[in-house]
Amino acid sequence: MAVTVRLPGALRDAVGGDNKVTADGRTLGEVFADIERRHPGFRERVLDEEGRLRTYVNVYIGETDARTSGGLDAPVPQGSEVMVIPAMAGGVR
Amino acid sequence: MTLTAERVRERVRGTILERVGDTPLLPLRSFEELRAELFVKLESFNPGGSVKDRAALWMVVAAEEDGRLRGRKTILDATSGNTGIALAMVGAVLGHGVELVMPDKVSLERKRMAAAFGARIVLTDPLEGTDGAIQEARRRAAEHPERYAYLDQYSNPANPLAHELTTGPEIWEQTRGSVTHFVAGVGTSGTVTGVSAALRPKGVRIVAAQPAEPLHGLEGWKHMASALRPAIWNEDAADVHLMIPTEAGLAMAHQLAREEGIFAGPSGGGAVVAALRVAQSEPGRIVVLIADGGERYLSTPLWE
Repeated sequence: MAVTVRLPGALRDAVGGDNKVTADGRTLGEVFADIERRHPGFRERVLDEEGRLRTYVNVYIGETDARTSGGLDAPVPQGSEVMVIPAMAGGVR
Repeated sequence: MTLTAERVRERVRGTILERVGDTPLLPLRSFEELRAELFVKLESFNPGGSVKDRAALWMVVAAEEDGRLRGRKTILDATSGNTGIALAMVGAVLGHGVELVMPDKVSLERKRMAAAFGARIVLTDPLEGTDGAIQEARRRAAEHPERYAYLDQYSNPANPLAHELTTGPEIWEQTRGSVTHFVAGVGTSGTVTGVSAALRPKGVRIVAAQPAEPLHGLEGWKHMASALRPAIWNEDAADVHLMIPTEAGLAMAHQLAREEGIFAGPSGGGAVVAALRVAQSEPGRIVVLIADGGERYLSTPLWE
């Protein structure tokens, strides 16, 4: 199930310079794993050693903060847009 | 005419802005086996809660003095947080409208505080971060020069001047001239550049800290290699450049709270990490600038 993942300037080098990528997955964790398969090294930029979202990375699935809807288990509906945002310009809305 | 500390004091006499600056300098006691003594300058004691009160106040008074800010012109700047709150407070006191351009999804505290002081907030694409906000502020200023006094903290010489004429001399006086190193993070670079101008001629070594990664959580700092370069930044203002990982800064912010009773923001933790690196190899008396307090990040995941 394809979703669009929009990335901040600070992460674009991890996916070859694009500001968005298309990925498959039913959960946020699966979407990130799919990006990692094609762009090795992406995952460690957004997840810590224990596999959790880094505290300074915020992710929105549509308008919903992924932290409030299950973190990496958060469902990602087909066709939805995922935004990865640095917490230095982020936080909880 | 160059702005002086006396002129700024005169402009704010009798207002809360008199309390900008003269922040406390305290020793850190919980670190052992260091070659140098560590002191922190706590900028959260400024009335707007951060080091940015200094630059905001000086930029506004400078714009008043040179005629860029007069009549019903509105103060405009791009900011992801502390400068916005500071400008909003200064504008409220000195009677100027304030418009702030911020990336969308900045933390709730920032938007609410700036709005509480009466500022108008314009939100830009969160994916473009602070650089996207800078570009939008530039666009607005160019389109409506009659409407705005664009202060542009990244290029405004009054920003480092505030530190050259207040922060630097305060540190010199508070340490009775015994400071050997000054450590601070680089964002606009106003603090490092200004304090360097004041203290380097007296033999103080200047240490500039940056985030180690482009994607980081050290609010207020810039990863210079991947960001829009501030016009006021000059690498030569610092003797030592250190790259600090976000995790180390966050861990130190927690440690400072638990062991020193100092509730610092993430960048303050990062600055102390940088100072510790120096203190392990160089003797002396190191002053570290802690730019703001942890309260400003309570709605973010940093303190969960």
